[in-house]
Amino acid sequence: MLEIHNLNARVEENDILRDLNLTIKPGEVHAIMGPNGAGKSTLGNILSGRPGYEVVSGEVTFNGKNLLEMDIEERAREGLFLAFQYPVEIPGVSNMEFLKASVDARRKHLGLPEMSSFDFMKLARETSKRVSLDAAFLKRGVNEGFSGGEKKRNEIMQMMLLEPSLCILDETDSGLDIDALQVVASGVNAMRDGNRSFIIVTHYQRLLDYIIPDHVHVLAAGRIVKSGGKELALELEAKGYSWLDDEVA
Amino acid sequence: MSDFQHQAIQLASQQQGSPDWLDTLRFEGTEQWLQADWPSRRTELWKYTPLQALQRHDFAHWGDAAIESAMSVPLLEVDAIRLVFVNGVFVQELSTHAGDDATSSVVRFSKASPDQRAVIAKHLGKVVNTQRHLFASLSNAWVHDGVLVHVPRNTVSEKTVYVVHISTPGVEPTIANQRVLVVLEENAQVELIEHFVSDADVQNSFVNSLTEIVIGANAGLQHYRINLEQEQQIHIGGVHVDLSRDARYSGFTLADGSQLKRIDFQINHRGAGADAKLNGVYLPRNQQLVDYHTNVEHWAPHCTTSEVFRGIIGDSARAVFNGRILIHPNAQKTLAEMSNRNLLTSDKAEVDTKPELEIYADDVKCAHGATVSQLDQTAMYYLQSRGLSKTQARTMLSFGFINELLQDLPQVAVRDYLINHVTTLLGIESLE
Repeated sequence: MLEIHNLNARVEENDILRDLNLTIKPGEVHAIMGPNGAGKSTLGNILSGRPGYEVVSGEVTFNGKNLLEMDIEERAREGLFLAFQYPVEIPGVSNMEFLKASVDARRKHLGLPEMSSFDFMKLARETSKRVSLDAAFLKRGVNEGFSGGEKKRNEIMQMMLLEPSLCILDETDSGLDIDALQVVASGVNAMRDGNRSFIIVTHYQRLLDYIIPDHVHVLAAGRIVKSGGKELALELEAKGYSWLDDEVA
Repeated sequence: MSDFQHQAIQLASQQQGSPDWLDTLRFEGTEQWLQADWPSRRTELWKYTPLQALQRHDFAHWGDAAIESAMSVPLLEVDAIRLVFVNGVFVQELSTHAGDDATSSVVRFSKASPDQRAVIAKHLGKVVNTQRHLFASLSNAWVHDGVLVHVPRNTVSEKTVYVVHISTPGVEPTIANQRVLVVLEENAQVELIEHFVSDADVQNSFVNSLTEIVIGANAGLQHYRINLEQEQQIHIGGVHVDLSRDARYSGFTLADGSQLKRIDFQINHRGAGADAKLNGVYLPRNQQLVDYHTNVEHWAPHCTTSEVFRGIIGDSARAVFNGRILIHPNAQKTLAEMSNRNLLTSDKAEVDTKPELEIYADDVKCAHGATVSQLDQTAMYYLQSRGLSKTQARTMLSFGFINELLQDLPQVAVRDYLINHVTTLLGIESLE
């Protein structure tokens, strides 16, 4: 699914990722944890192609294709999805129009026919129910005046509608109360189908009580310093990150 | 005196059958027009908007009612008292109302009863300051016909008043004069839509339009002024509003560009507790120009003003926004806000924006701001990360920028018409 090989990346002249290696197979859930400033969000931004994030060296293949050569929108159409840590507010653009345009773009790329407006609105309303977002939010501006939790649920709704093959959740759990967290987790769990893969970037172990990862990686100073199974997350919760300092050095 | 000044007045004198009870206003207008200094680049009010386009043509004629071409123009689908003028001439066939019923709240000047004439004589030419607004004196010199909307005391006019001005090109360049007077007595209420539009042909006319509005105590006007003429049109227009105590004016204006389009809004808070809201959108493209000059004067205490103008300027087009709020010494406890945001979508597009706040009272709250920018790069990235192409993302964000002012318009027919117009202009498909 995704192969990252010796990836080095920088933001505004600062080296953030250093020789990062990661392989994700179809159907796997990988959690990436680590202290602030470790480069967790940079990874998601680099993979999605965010402007200002520069790849210095290394390779990333996604479904056998060179991801780093693709435009932002091509990566999305190929099936890569990033749930933003800070979803962007776009007043004046209705959420429904935005969702329809993105789903149309993905379907067109997959050679599927465009959905009729009627069918799409029906699907969107059903999906909003699944993430406990009132259908009225579909008519509002994209994320406009949404609370933090509503924005995150809107991200999960987009993920459900786009049916990506690789989902990256960038600190989607940060700032969520337990109800919203469960909505996010059940959304992710419902989408686990043995083929779809997930990268869950999180600062807190709590989310991993609800989404059980296959692998847990610790990112520190731009590289993966430790990998393990789901029990590693518990260890991190109990001990913090400082005991890993030796391994970084 | 410029050639145009001379030519325009020659034309005024040729007009047949003008009501003689308007002679005084015509005479005063003629005098003022002929004595006025023709604007140059050094004239502050016309600094960024040269008038050469007016002098390039030889306007030797008044327009006539070209009904055939005018029928092709799409109008708003609204249940309204509709009066349609084509090239300045009233056209009964396209209207729902003849404007000749003296018992109605809407009447044409030429058909006014003695009582209605008294209302016209009392207010027409009195709201506008002709010293400041050169083309108002030309309108006075020309005044021939027009629309009076007079709503009596304690009356809410159920029907919207919809005044349409259609331009069609003549064999030779023509001039059209459009005049509206709104007088709302105490506690009266009405909605007025003014719609300026042209057929699809290349235009060659000059439209001089002047609307004066008098809003009595605790009365309210909802006003739309839409300027969608084809790009060779020349349009100079003004809206002048006097607000009495506790009166409310809520205005919305939208203009596409044309080779010369200048629109002035003058709002006077003359009584305490008055409220004015004015939102506007301008969308010049190609080689077009749009110039909005707004001037809100607070003469009385406890009045509020809120003004938001947004523009998208593309290609080699130019926009001018000059928004002035003037708080006179008596106007304590004023609350006034003005914002102007511009989006330039090409390297050659230009905007001259100048918000001005002049305050001579010491207990007021005022804010103003102007920005000129490109599209938000984070929002671009967000949309692209969901599979939208760069072009799609750009279009969607441009639309959103304007739609913020359109989506909440209370008159659904106007809202839908304009949203449709803007989506077509930006080249996007709508979901519904």
